[in-house]
Amino acid sequence: MNIALFLEMAAEAAPDRIALVCDGRSFSYAQLLAGARGAATMIAQSHAEHVALLDEASEAAVFALFGAALAGVPYVPLNYRLADADLAALLQRITPCLLVGDVARARSLHDDERNMLIARERFTGQAKEAPAIEESDAGLGTAVQLFTSGTTGMPKAAILRHTNLTSYVIGTVDFGSAPEGSAGLVTVPPYHIAGIAALLTSIYSQRKIILLPAFTPEAWLDLVADQRVTNAFVVPTMLARIVDVMDKGHRPDMSSLKAISYGGGKMPLELISLALDLFPETGFTNAYGLTETSSTVALLSPEDHRAAKASNDPMVHARLASVGIPLPTIELEIRDEDGKLLGRDAVGEIYVRGEQVSGEYKEKSALTADGWFPTRDAGYLDRDGYLFLSGRADDVIVRGGENLSPGEIEDVLLTHPAVTDACATGIPSHEWGETVGVALVLSDGNKAPEQQEIQQLVRDRLRSSRVPEQILFVESLPYNEMGKLLRREVKTWFKR
Amino acid sequence: MKPGTRLKSAVCDTEVMVIRGGEGTVECGGAAMTEDGAKTGEPAADHQNGTLIGKRYVDGGGTVELLCVKAGKGSLALDGTPMATKDSKPLPASD
Repeated sequence: MNIALFLEMAAEAAPDRIALVCDGRSFSYAQLLAGARGAATMIAQSHAEHVALLDEASEAAVFALFGAALAGVPYVPLNYRLADADLAALLQRITPCLLVGDVARARSLHDDERNMLIARERFTGQAKEAPAIEESDAGLGTAVQLFTSGTTGMPKAAILRHTNLTSYVIGTVDFGSAPEGSAGLVTVPPYHIAGIAALLTSIYSQRKIILLPAFTPEAWLDLVADQRVTNAFVVPTMLARIVDVMDKGHRPDMSSLKAISYGGGKMPLELISLALDLFPETGFTNAYGLTETSSTVALLSPEDHRAAKASNDPMVHARLASVGIPLPTIELEIRDEDGKLLGRDAVGEIYVRGEQVSGEYKEKSALTADGWFPTRDAGYLDRDGYLFLSGRADDVIVRGGENLSPGEIEDVLLTHPAVTDACATGIPSHEWGETVGVALVLSDGNKAPEQQEIQQLVRDRLRSSRVPEQILFVESLPYNEMGKLLRREVKTWFKR
Repeated sequence: MKPGTRLKSAVCDTEVMVIRGGEGTVECGGAAMTEDGAKTGEPAADHQNGTLIGKRYVDGGGTVELLCVKAGKGSLALDGTPMATKDSKPLPASD
C-alpha cells in the first residue's frame, strides 16, 4: 500500500473539509491532493532520484511527501539546522535530486547541474497548476529517507518503506476517527520522524493539521487558544519552555486542549508532574519510538499518567517516568549483550519487531536474521510490562559486571530540592571497570550540597553500586536541538 | 491474494486493499472482485449492504483482512460467506 492512498481516501471521504492551516493559509483535503498530484508530475518529469526539502514546515512539505510517493521517488527532508559542511555532504549523497526550499544555500553548498532547485512558493504554485500525474506505477519502495542525527559518526540514511509507514498508521489509527472540530498542532520540524508521522496519522484520522513552523512558547500558547487546538505533540524541551512562560503569567485559554503527547527525549519527572497540574483537563501521552521504527512503538496513556501521579504505591508512581506499554501490533524484548532474553526489571538492550519496523539503512539492514531490530536503546520492563528507558545501550554503566541505568540514578538525584538537572555516566575505574560519575545543575541561588549528602540520597533509595564516586556541579548540561542529552560530552568532564 | 493488492468490485464502486491475505475469493455484491475492475452488472439483490470507506473487513476465521478505500453499494464476502467489519481498540493519539 502506498502512503498517498491515505490522502486519496481523505479527499474521497471529505474533499472540502479543512485539512491544513499554516501561517493563515488553509487547504482542504481535495486541495492537498491536487497539489500532491501536480507535484508528482513535476517530480516524474525531473528524473530526480530523491525529493529533498530544505525548509521549515509548510504545505510544501505535504505536497512533496505525497507527490514523491505518487511518483515513486524517496522523500528526503533535510535538517536545515545542520552546519554547512555536514549539509553539503548530505546534498552530495542525494544528488540527483529535486530540492524544495532554500535554493541559495543548497546551490552554495553543493552546486551540481543534475539537481533541480526550486523555492517554496514557486514549487507550490507550479504544483497547483501542473496536471495530475497519470496513473503511474508508484510501487512500494522507499517512501521516506531520513538522515539520523548521528551523535557519533556520519549520519545514517534510514529507509522507511511504504509498507512500514502504512502498517504503522493502519495499526494505530482508525480512518476518519478524529471528532469534528479536532485540530492537531504540529511543531516538530519536517525532517523528524514525529513530523512525518503527524502528517500521516492526522490525514488518515481527518484531524485538521495546524503547523507552527518556528516554535516559541508564546506563539504555541496563542495558537492553541486562537485555533481551538485539541491535540499537540511536543518534545520535552518545548514543554519546559511552555510551562515556564505560563508560570510567568502568559495564560491564554487552554480549554480546547484535550491531549498532549510527547516524546523524542527524556521527560524530567518534575516537569511532567508540573504539567499535569497546569493542564488538569488534558490527557498526556508519552510516546516512545525511533526513526527506524516509523515512530511510536510504546506509549503511556493519559489514564496511566493520572494513576501514576495519584498512586501511593512506589512502583505505580514510578510509571510517570515510564514510556508505557508496547503497541499491540509490535513485539518488544529486552536482551543482554549476547542477545539472550532478559526477565523483568533487568536492564538490557531494547529489541523490536513488526511490520512498521524498518531497521534498514541505505547502506545495510540492521535487522537480525529473524527480523528483530536492536534499537541500541537500553531499558527494562517492570512487573506489569511497563517499559522504562535507561539511555542508549552504549550509555549503560557497567560496574563490576552489573548493568546500571543512568536514568534510574538521575531520577533519584532529581528528587533533591537543590538539583534541577542531572546526568549520570560511567567513568573508567581500575577496580570496577566503570563507576558512577554524576554532573548536577543546581537551581538558582542554591549552594552545592555536600558530596556525602548526595551519596546518601542515592544509597537510601538504590543499591550501593549506584552511589556516585565523582560529583560535579555545572552551569548546564549539553543537549542537542531535539532535547537529547549528550552524555558522551559529559563523560569527558570527569577525572580519569 | 497478497497483502497490498488492490481489488475492485465488478458490480459497484467498492475498492479494497488487502491488509492480510489468504486463500479464497473475495466477492462484492455477489461477484468476484478483480484487479482490473471490469464491470459485469449490478450487485445481487441479497448482497447490497454496502461498504464504508476506511472500515476494515475480516472473514469469520480472521485470516483475510481488507481495508475499504472506496465505498460502494455491494456487500463483501469471502467464498460466499459475508465478511464483517473489524472493531478496533483505539489508542491515544501519539504523533
